[in-house]
Amino acid sequence: MSRETTTSPANATTDVTKLDRVVIRFAGDSGDGMQLTGDRFTSEAAAFGNDLATLPNFPAEIRAPQGTIPGVSSFQVHFADYDILTPGDRPDVLVVMNPAALKSNVADVPHGGILIINTDEFSKRNLTKVGYDANPLEDGSLEPYQVYEVGMSTLTQGALADTGLGKKDAERCKNMFALGLLSWMYHRPTESTERFLAEKFANKPQIAEANLLAFRAGWNYGETTEAFANTYEVAPAKLPQGTYRQITGNNALAYGIVAAGQQSKLPVVLGSYPITPASDILHELSKHKNFNVTTIQAEDEIAGIGAALGAAYGGALGVTSTSGPGVALKSETIGLAVMTELPLLVIDVQRGGPSTGLPTKTEQADLLQAMFGRNGESPVPIVAPCTPGDCFDIALEAVRIALTYRTPVMLLSDGAIANGSEPWLVPDVADLPDLSVEFASEPNAMDGSDEHWPYVRNTDTLAREWAVPGTPGLQHRIGGLEKADNQGHISYDPDNHDRMVRLRQAKIDGIDVPDITVDDPGGNARVLALGWGSSFGPIGAACRRVRNSGMDIAQAHLRHLNPLPANLGRILESYDTVVLPEMNMGQLAMLLRSRYLTDIRSYTKVAGLPFRAAELAEVFTDIINDTEGSGEADHVLTEATE
Amino acid sequence: MSIDLGLPELGGLADVPTASDSDAPQKAKDYKSDQEVRWCPGCGDYIVLNTMQSFLPTLGLKPENIVFVSGIGCSSRFPYYMNTYGMHSIHGRAPAIATGLATSRPDLSVWVITGDGDALSIGGNHLIHALRRNVNFKILLFNNRIYGLTKGQYSPTSQEGMRTKSTPMGSLDHPFNPISLALGAEASFVGRALDSDKKGLTEVLTAAAQHRGSAFVEIYQNCPIFNDGAFDVLKDKDEAARRIIPLRPDEPITFGPENEYGIVRSGFAGLETAKVSEVGIDNVVVHDPTVTDPAYAFALSRIGGQELEHTPTGIFRQINRTTYDDAARAQVAQAAEAKPADLQALLRGNDTWTV
Repeated sequence: MSRETTTSPANATTDVTKLDRVVIRFAGDSGDGMQLTGDRFTSEAAAFGNDLATLPNFPAEIRAPQGTIPGVSSFQVHFADYDILTPGDRPDVLVVMNPAALKSNVADVPHGGILIINTDEFSKRNLTKVGYDANPLEDGSLEPYQVYEVGMSTLTQGALADTGLGKKDAERCKNMFALGLLSWMYHRPTESTERFLAEKFANKPQIAEANLLAFRAGWNYGETTEAFANTYEVAPAKLPQGTYRQITGNNALAYGIVAAGQQSKLPVVLGSYPITPASDILHELSKHKNFNVTTIQAEDEIAGIGAALGAAYGGALGVTSTSGPGVALKSETIGLAVMTELPLLVIDVQRGGPSTGLPTKTEQADLLQAMFGRNGESPVPIVAPCTPGDCFDIALEAVRIALTYRTPVMLLSDGAIANGSEPWLVPDVADLPDLSVEFASEPNAMDGSDEHWPYVRNTDTLAREWAVPGTPGLQHRIGGLEKADNQGHISYDPDNHDRMVRLRQAKIDGIDVPDITVDDPGGNARVLALGWGSSFGPIGAACRRVRNSGMDIAQAHLRHLNPLPANLGRILESYDTVVLPEMNMGQLAMLLRSRYLTDIRSYTKVAGLPFRAAELAEVFTDIINDTEGSGEADHVLTEATE
Repeated sequence: MSIDLGLPELGGLADVPTASDSDAPQKAKDYKSDQEVRWCPGCGDYIVLNTMQSFLPTLGLKPENIVFVSGIGCSSRFPYYMNTYGMHSIHGRAPAIATGLATSRPDLSVWVITGDGDALSIGGNHLIHALRRNVNFKILLFNNRIYGLTKGQYSPTSQEGMRTKSTPMGSLDHPFNPISLALGAEASFVGRALDSDKKGLTEVLTAAAQHRGSAFVEIYQNCPIFNDGAFDVLKDKDEAARRIIPLRPDEPITFGPENEYGIVRSGFAGLETAKVSEVGIDNVVVHDPTVTDPAYAFALSRIGGQELEHTPTGIFRQINRTTYDDAARAQVAQAAEAKPADLQALLRGNDTWTV
């Protein structure tokens, strides 16, 4: 991190330090509004023009017991004056609203980091509740940090004394006090938050006023108390030219589906059942019915995909959204979609497993489920976005594959991408791909009769025709039983089954997938860091650290997991070592080893949280040293910046 | 509170194109596919199939606008034998698939073909939710009280104590009454017919087709291999006269060889059988399937029992209630009218900045 300090002419007691990037984490009780606080701070950073990335982290319980460690909810935002790739490894600033938040988060703050602590919650009772024998504010344990003690609860109550709001209600606005204080410290624009509060509480003017007062009180507290020696500036980032907005992965995915409906000129039918962390896709799409989008909140996961498949049979763009446990329930219907060869988009926002696992934490351990989690030979194309914004593009790509090849497509997002946000260069609609389809209109029987044979295939794509009910003369029957090649009648013929299994496989194997590209600025790398999904950010940031320390490393990232890009085998061969970090036990590594008979250095962690760039940079450094042999002195990782 | 979507009260086929005068008149054979029917000889499914093929031409629809969706089981092979569009799907899921199809395609007449295992066991959840939503498709439940395709295990409608391959000491399960179940889910149309009663079945199917919303029809169907004769007491002329209670709208509910029995009110919201000569014809209930409160139809469904001492047939309930698919389409139309589909504006959102 670079810094440069000047004394502000306006306020001689406060120095302004220019930073290139900052990581701030807000942590408090589930009921303290930390997600909203983080979200607002993010919007302010976005409005200011910083590049940013966020990491919400919250418990699965709606309200765990108040003041306890399991009830701690946090939101980390990383913002910078250049393009960043991750929400940051460790917070430079930790804002804690209670002892539980301090206890569960302080170990992540590097020594010298800033702690801003709401001291009002540090009662003996609250300290005992989380197992503090002594008050950490008094026992010297926080000496390695710059500590700012602020009585946020009482200051907020004081600021709202004249509003007529009860003490308890007033105290609930303390998150806005914290936001106001941090907004002052980091010179953030405040208009968007003031507007947001007015809109959010439009029907409750008293609450709107109270939140606004608390927000301003926090700002004024920083400005007037002289408790803070420094404020900080992070200049806008030099991103590619264009219009930007902030977007989460789930929203980008929902927009991608809306766009796919528009670009294919098909009605969209989403069949879905609420499940963390995928529900926001259902919520968002249900707001956009004006784009001919129908959302069906079904009675269960199976009905959700059933409705989507039924709609696809009728000529709509059928979509279902879920997480891993939901995919398990949908498996049989995905198999039916494979057999009936109908287009269908299946979204899996992966979370920690197995079983209910860690509903609110991230993981990428559903790859093999997506690949093989069905009975019989049941190949399904798989794509995965690498950033929140990429969810938009990957949705369009998934729909392209589904419509072109008449197949269900698995889209593997994950919790980190789904809830994480970043600035997004708003695409120009004129640049979006044309996804229009042609329904069958004429009989296609190969014997010259006037019948429709449902399994006659396009010779290029091997896709069958999409003959939708209502089309005169094309009446036909499809279903889960094996079908005769071309003609489509039920067939138990052994040779026919063998042929159909191979045809279905060949269709998926033949999907046109773009080549993978490699980023190797020096051109001399002998080690390739490969990844898929949300680990794109940490892998990229780690590669920057490694390169900044004078080493060479190449990076490549897979967005298509099945089929794999045609050039992947050649790329893997051309490096001495391929290292593949995954938030699972090495699932892609297993696929690649069996497919290419080449070794992969699998680095795995299944902690429910994204990789840290520093951790991967060390792993990469060790592997570079291994690869380059013992003849030379080992490289040392010297550079912590990305 | 229900939302007024300004929905018209229409028939079930109001949005489905009809055959034009220039089209050749339809015959039953027009609805026969070229597939050899492969049910066991003597299966009740044959009669239902023939009835359906004879009945469909009377609707005057274009065959391409008719879709049969089925699950898994003997009866679920039905779509293969119909020269319409059809999907033979997976076990129990036909109502879910039909929900998506009917919601996105009001121009289709959608029929779900299912059985007692498919609809009431593995697919029970989808069945009750389809009925509660009142999606505009017709559900024909072929009830043979046995698993036929898997060769003779007891089903959720098998009688208690029934000895089957999987219950050599007798079934322990208390069976479902499918009509009661459908009414409990507040189905807007509930009927029952016998496979062998072509006239009665045709009447119920006709009313079901014209009903806007989910129509649930239980068809007692004989499985000659694994549960032969399950409904014989309703097919023997003398026994049938004593046991079958025909439900005719606006007529007193009477039955028996001489119509000497009738249905009268009993206790709290109940119904029971009585001799007309003892209670007087004025006290016999006049059948009204349009009663909004499902308690009346439910009481009707409780008459008789597993041993089929009495069996009401015909239409138990037929009420007008907003259909899910009409409402879903109305919301899409309302949204489209309120706000143009401007994709660029959606992608931009309200908070942008320019670099």
